[in-house]
Amino acid sequence: MKRREFLSSLAVLGVASTLPATGKAAEVSGGQPWEPGKIQTPPTPPRKGGLQFLTQHEFDTVGAIAERFIPADELSISGKEAGCATFIDRQLAGDYGRAATLYRRGRFIKGTHEQGPQSALTPAERYRQGLKALDAATRKRFGKAFVALSTEQQEQVLHAMEANDIDLGPDVDTKALFELLLQNVREGFLADPIYGGNKGMASWKMIGFPGARYDFRDLLSKKGQKLNIIPTSLIDNAL
Amino acid sequence: MKKIKIIGSLAVIAAAVAAVLLWRNGDASADEVADNQIQMKQPLSQRDAAAVARGKYIAIAGDCVACHTAPGSKQPFSGGYAISTPFGDIFASNITPDAETGIGNWTERDFYRAVRHGKGKEGENLYPAMPYNAYVKVSDKDMHDLWMYMRSVKPVRSKVPETQLPFPYNIRLAMMGWNLLFFDNSGFTPDPSQSDAWNRGAYLVQGLEHCAACHTAKNLLGGDTRAYLQGSNLGDWHAPDITSDPHTGIGQWSEEQIVQYLKLGSNHVAVASGPMAEAVTNSTQHLSDDDLQAIASYLKSLPGGDKQPPQPLAASHPQMKSGENIYSVNCTACHNSNGKGIANLAAGLANNPGLQADDATSIITTILQGGRGAVTQGNPTSGAMPSFAWKLSDQQVAAVATYIRNAWGNAATPVSADEVAKQRAKLKLPEQMPER
Amino acid sequence: MKNVRPKADVAIVGLGWCGSLIAEELTRAGLNVVAIERGPWFETATDFPPSVDTDELRWDTRRGMLLPPAVETSTFRNNSNQKALPTRDWNLNEMGYNVGGSGTHWAGMAWRFTPFDLEPYTQTVKRYGEKQITDGLILQDWGVTYDELEPFYDRFEKIAGVSGKAGRLNGETIPDGNPFEGNRSSEYPLPPLEGMRLTDIFRDATKAMGYHPFMVPAGQASRAYVNPLGVRMGPCTYCGYCLYYGCGNFSKSSPNACVIPALMQRENFTVLTESAVVRVNKAADGKTATGVTYIDRNNQEWEQPADIVVLSAFQMQNVRLLLLSKIGQPYNPITKTGVVGRAYSFQTVSGANLFFEDENLNQFIGAGALSQQIDDFNGDNFDHSELGFIGGAGILVVARGARPIGNADLLPPGTPRWGKDWKKAYTHAFQNATFIFGQGTSYSHEDYYLDLDPEYTDDYGLPLLRVTFDYNENDRRSAKFIEEKSVAIGKAMGAKTVVGTNSASGHYSPYNLASDHTIGGAVMGTDPKTSVLNRYQQSWDMHNLFVLGASSFPNNAGYNPTGTIGALSLWTAKAIIEQYLKNPGPLVKV
Repeated sequence: MKRREFLSSLAVLGVASTLPATGKAAEVSGGQPWEPGKIQTPPTPPRKGGLQFLTQHEFDTVGAIAERFIPADELSISGKEAGCATFIDRQLAGDYGRAATLYRRGRFIKGTHEQGPQSALTPAERYRQGLKALDAATRKRFGKAFVALSTEQQEQVLHAMEANDIDLGPDVDTKALFELLLQNVREGFLADPIYGGNKGMASWKMIGFPGARYDFRDLLSKKGQKLNIIPTSLIDNAL
Repeated sequence: MKKIKIIGSLAVIAAAVAAVLLWRNGDASADEVADNQIQMKQPLSQRDAAAVARGKYIAIAGDCVACHTAPGSKQPFSGGYAISTPFGDIFASNITPDAETGIGNWTERDFYRAVRHGKGKEGENLYPAMPYNAYVKVSDKDMHDLWMYMRSVKPVRSKVPETQLPFPYNIRLAMMGWNLLFFDNSGFTPDPSQSDAWNRGAYLVQGLEHCAACHTAKNLLGGDTRAYLQGSNLGDWHAPDITSDPHTGIGQWSEEQIVQYLKLGSNHVAVASGPMAEAVTNSTQHLSDDDLQAIASYLKSLPGGDKQPPQPLAASHPQMKSGENIYSVNCTACHNSNGKGIANLAAGLANNPGLQADDATSIITTILQGGRGAVTQGNPTSGAMPSFAWKLSDQQVAAVATYIRNAWGNAATPVSADEVAKQRAKLKLPEQMPER
Repeated sequence: MKNVRPKADVAIVGLGWCGSLIAEELTRAGLNVVAIERGPWFETATDFPPSVDTDELRWDTRRGMLLPPAVETSTFRNNSNQKALPTRDWNLNEMGYNVGGSGTHWAGMAWRFTPFDLEPYTQTVKRYGEKQITDGLILQDWGVTYDELEPFYDRFEKIAGVSGKAGRLNGETIPDGNPFEGNRSSEYPLPPLEGMRLTDIFRDATKAMGYHPFMVPAGQASRAYVNPLGVRMGPCTYCGYCLYYGCGNFSKSSPNACVIPALMQRENFTVLTESAVVRVNKAADGKTATGVTYIDRNNQEWEQPADIVVLSAFQMQNVRLLLLSKIGQPYNPITKTGVVGRAYSFQTVSGANLFFEDENLNQFIGAGALSQQIDDFNGDNFDHSELGFIGGAGILVVARGARPIGNADLLPPGTPRWGKDWKKAYTHAFQNATFIFGQGTSYSHEDYYLDLDPEYTDDYGLPLLRVTFDYNENDRRSAKFIEEKSVAIGKAMGAKTVVGTNSASGHYSPYNLASDHTIGGAVMGTDPKTSVLNRYQQSWDMHNLFVLGASSFPNNAGYNPTGTIGALSLWTAKAIIEQYLKNPGPLVKV
């Protein structure tokens, strides 16, 4: 209840948050509280439609990367068609993009591999900086921005990034940027369509994942068999 | 049309009424057995302890605390609960022995007249939100014990907002007419042809437990219809048929299953939620096993209406097909693909009479806003169902409700998306979450 | 101005398994209990029902119900010569952040430790002599034996509705159970979960190898159940949403499903949510606690006075609170003296990744603890004489619910990570890739410990906990041994490709999520010089302070900790009710 108020006040500010609410300590006693209609729904986007964080050029670049990571073939539509860029745009506009859950106090000192990331930048800032650096690098090498490259050239650049074999300037850790892009594109392709990607549950149909189902008792006798379950998503008006 | 007819006949009756009838209807002389000297605020003595203890049981059976305590308040009986009626909010009064804001200056006789005849201290008419039309059946002995208990309650100084109904309902004298039409001013008379248990059950159901207040359909003026305990619409809920009708009532339940429902708040198929969850938590779970058995025996004896169950919708009906898909994704984890639910935790839907009434309000409300099962000493789990308003469209809620009402041998009228949309708006719940 | 709440008999810090179990016992005994929980109120229908549960991105990838590092994290280094840096991102310290604590999002493996695990020093020396103990290893008995804990394990299993099959029941060995387990006084309250294709393959292969496979005791109800508190559970639906998720249909054992409904009916119980306890307050003489200080979400500081204080937060948080409150002598790694922060350990994990040729493992069907395991190489169930280490691992497979994002890198070696070939390989691997998990014993080491970080703080300006840790020689040897055994089992299971895995082959990192079972730092024991707590989890320094949880474990077993945490909480509750209340003071004299 307090939490919901907090969330709605954030919504007014145009900020979606998945963090628990503020508000002074709630004292709970004499039974489990209950309020009709109350439920912690998936975090909603700040507003509907349009781009929420990425510029059109960044959006196109992310789309092109998604198409390379997940090309269209007989198994599925491409990552771009599945909405991975839209997914990433929405994620970067929300808590994830703002690193709301991460420890962000200084000093930021480079440590060992085991100590993990020590960047002062949020994921949203890393996209902004990284995509700019990527374009600068491809312009230097091919004379064009990343999106304008041929499919083969884009693949070549991404392979080089994966191998940490392309210099994106002093401020960008090439390999880390590659891992961020790959992780987020995969998330967009494989997460519930409610977050803007995985259009038509394309990836779930590809790998045979049944999606938002919660009861398999009637299938337990079919051990080791192909089940061909029609997937469903959190909001599914095709049902 | 119907409304005009009733109001018209009311006018005729009012004009033609014989003074003797009015007098008989307003006759509270049965309350004169009670003392008229000692005021409520006067302290009790040690030897009253037994009566106080008995009275506490009466207060629980009458569920006085439910209306006479504001939601969330830790001051029982201090009033302030707004009883919503089609005519406006009626505020339940402070009935603690506080002299100024409660009823500390009342005598036992004043108390009887309020409880059994709907009269305030000055003789003014109370609104029948106070179920005096049921409490009139309460015996003198139980009334005395209840009085003694109420005297033992901690006085709370708390002024309750004044009830302000719009004209013409603000004319308390108009209640005289209402009483004349709908108030059966007679105490409980046992039926010698029935068992003691049956009579005890009848006494509790008709009187203290005031089951008819919710379970008997009301006419336009809020009076009981003749469809006694055959179910009634409460706005956001449908209080189900509790007669032995085999389709919509409790005809297929054993007495044991009825007792278990009232004791634990749930049984093999049903889970009390909404207003009935409160009734079980506050009242019925505390009744003795003998009294619960008596209630079961009485309810089982009520024949119910003569309505024939409809034919179930064919599985090929578009709503049934869609409903089955929605059900299999959203509902089976708790209610099971065979509709059997989890005994005493998640309601069984197959062969659940409460779901098969013509009136589907409770199902729609529950799917949209979720529901909390009754919490009792015997079953503290009080499992709850989530709200689906954000997840399902009006069409989907209608389809799954229709499916539930017609699958596994159930049979009831289909539910329309329109009904769902209206209920969604009434409950002030959000629309289905949009795509991003 | 000081905000002071009315005094309680007992203040409980953290309402997870430990806090709710002890609160249930103490309120039933009539004490007035106030629990203070850092996270919000949380329950099935409103916070994690089936309708919102099936959301990998929200709950698993983005860790939707865990304590964010932004709110509290720790700093880390592999050895004391390094500068510790904050663990900024989600990591293996998976602390709960809600009423129910980590017990809401756990996988549900509900084990007992073996008798050896609680007396590792005595039993090792008896069987092998001191020579078996590698340099610097901290090996000490817990002060409580398995036989003493048995009735409390039994009670915990009945409250939690654990599904399993006894292997040792009243001195008899029972077929299909675990023949190596400690003797049980009764069967599990519920029969084991249904097996899956994966667990069947493992069972048949290990049986053929002469091992003793059994179904892991699961905190998932195999059928509808009523526990001794009168609370009802539903039957598990094998949906696979356990680890990182709350259970939407009341079938996973959790404080929320099993204890809190009964607890909330007690008039003598209150929980304050969204309130972070920052210290235990001490009497002027420092010999007793007077209550705790917490900060509510409006940044208001409050005091909750109490006659008894129970710390039942996450293991790391318990240690941090002791250090912040300056209770007990902090461990000094140079002089090897002091106790708070000493004997911190993790869990060594090794095993194998398996890639089958043509299976339909359907691993999205399952449950967090739907596992077959062998204990033939766990604890001291085999002869270590020539092996140069002690301990071992439970070796298992688990059908815990495969997830599209989470499984995307479980691919045969050499597979591209993107492009058409990745798509093809992943589509195949989603039904054919799995792993064998060797959940190892771990013994703490005198070089590794917890203390307060000299630089980094939380939002209240309080120092973060600093972790100095790496695997020790015993860990590395046992992990290698278990890896080899796992690879052999994987081959026997018929996998086309088997790749050994070993978290202890390199340095420890909080981002290697092989396990999340951190332990120790405020351990129980028999000697105040080497333990923070006596055998009743009572502080040696402050007799009205009890500390519950895995922070009490001097060593880790080859099992998940929850069953032991639960049993110890109930054991402590009994000691408080039957001994402490009658005569408040130290329950063990030294």
